[in-house]
Amino acid sequence: MNFFRFILENRAQVIELTLEHLWLVGISTLFAMLIGIPLGIVIAHRPRLNKPVLAGANIIQTIPSLALFGFLLPLPWLGERADRLAILALTLYALLPIIRNTYTGICAVDPAVVEAGLGMGLTEKQLLFQVELPLAVSVILSGVRVAVVISIGLATIAAAIGAGGLGEFIFRGLAMVDNSVILAGAIPAAILALSADLGVGWLEKRLRAPR
Amino acid sequence: MLTAAADAAIEFHDVSYRVSSVQVLSGFNLEVRDGETLVLLGRSGSGKTTSLKLVNRLLSPTSGEVRVNGKPNQDGDVIALRRSIGYVIQDAGLFPHFTVERNIGLVPRIEGWPEERIHARVREMLRLVGLPEETGSRYPHELSGGQRQRVGVARALAADPKILLMDEPFGALDPLTRDELQREFLSLQQRLHKTVMLVTHDLREALRLGSRIALMEAGRLVAVMAPQEFLRSSDPWAAAYVKAFGGELESSVNRGTS
Repeated sequence: MNFFRFILENRAQVIELTLEHLWLVGISTLFAMLIGIPLGIVIAHRPRLNKPVLAGANIIQTIPSLALFGFLLPLPWLGERADRLAILALTLYALLPIIRNTYTGICAVDPAVVEAGLGMGLTEKQLLFQVELPLAVSVILSGVRVAVVISIGLATIAAAIGAGGLGEFIFRGLAMVDNSVILAGAIPAAILALSADLGVGWLEKRLRAPR
Repeated sequence: MLTAAADAAIEFHDVSYRVSSVQVLSGFNLEVRDGETLVLLGRSGSGKTTSLKLVNRLLSPTSGEVRVNGKPNQDGDVIALRRSIGYVIQDAGLFPHFTVERNIGLVPRIEGWPEERIHARVREMLRLVGLPEETGSRYPHELSGGQRQRVGVARALAADPKILLMDEPFGALDPLTRDELQREFLSLQQRLHKTVMLVTHDLREALRLGSRIALMEAGRLVAVMAPQEFLRSSDPWAAAYVKAFGGELESSVNRGTS
C-alpha cells in the first residue's frame, strides 16, 4: 500500500512533524492550564465574575480556527513566527474546557465540607489546596483531556500558517491530491488524540477523590 | 441580661443579622454559661443556625456584638478564634478524601503539632467517641452515618477547645443511633464539661441534652428555661412545642449533668 510505503520512506519527517505537533499541543495546553485553572478558581469563588469569563471563553471558542490564525497574523512579535501564533491560538481554544471544568469541579464540592473546613479554622488557602482542589482534580483533568484532544485536531490547521506539525502532510496531500500523504498526517494525529484521551483519562481515574 | 456574668463563655448583646431585606435575627440577647449545654430550639428559619455561625464568625452581625470568653469576637484573628471552638454540623462535613485519622487530626496538624502527638491524640479521640482504632485508616464513605457523626465529634474535640458548637449533630441519624449518640454525648459532657451550644428542632433532644433551652421563633429569643421549667411553661410557643411532641416528655428531661 502506498500509505505505508510513504510513511516508511519519510519516517524521519513523520517523527519530526509528530514531535512538532506534540510540542505545539503540549506548550499551549500548559499555558491554558496556567491561565485557565487559576481563572476557574477565581470565578468559583466570585460568582459575579463567572458569567463574563465563561462568556468570553465561549466566544473565543466560536471563532473558526482558520480565521483566528489569520486574525493573529498581523500581531507584532507573535506574527513573526508561525509557531508562536499557533501556540497562542491553541491556548485560547483550550481555555474554555479548562476554565469551565475547574469552575464546575470546585462548585461541586459539598458545601457542608467547605463550611466544616472554614468553621474549624482553615484559611482560604488551606481550604483551596487541601480540600477544594483535591476534590475537584478529576473534574479539572477531564477538562484538560477535552482541551488536549481538541488541540491535537486543531493543531493540524496550524500548518496552514506554516507552524508545522502533522498538518503539513495533510495540506501537502490535499495540494497533491494524494490520499496516502493526507493519511500520513491524519493517522498519527488520530493516534495522538486517542492516546492522550486514554492517558489523561487514566490519570483522571487514579486521582479521583473518594466521595 | 446585659451585664456580663463572670462565668459567661458566650454572650450575645443586642445582636441583629440581616441578609438583603430579610431580618434573620433581631434584638438577640443570650448568655451561654461556662460548662453548660445550651440548646437552641426552634423551627427551620427561626435563626438558630445563624446564631451559631455568629459565634465562630462564619457570619458577622449587622449590629450588636458577640463576646467569646469576655472578648468581642470581631476583635482578633478569625482563624485563631475558629480553631479554639469546636464545630460539628449535621452531616459531619468530613473531608471525603481524608482518612478518619487525617480528619480527626486536621486542626492539630494545621496548628503544627508534632506528628507523634497528633497520632496519640487521634487514638485518644477515637477511644473517646467509642470507635475502634482500625477506623482511623478508613474513609468517611466506608462508615455508617452514626460512625461519621462520631468522627465529626472527635474532630471537633481534637484540639481540646473549651467551646463546642453543634448544628443539629444528630439530626440525620436513625432513631436508635440517635438515642445511642445522645446518651454518649451526655456521658462525654459529664467528663469534659465543655461549653456547648447545640441547635435542634427536636424538643425531646433539647430536654434530654440541654441544661437550659433557648426557644427561638422568627429571629427572636422567646425564652430561656431549664428543661423542667420548659414543660410547665405557660409561654404559648413553649406550650405549642410541648403539645406538638405529645406526652411522655418528662422521662426525657436532663436532670442536671452540669
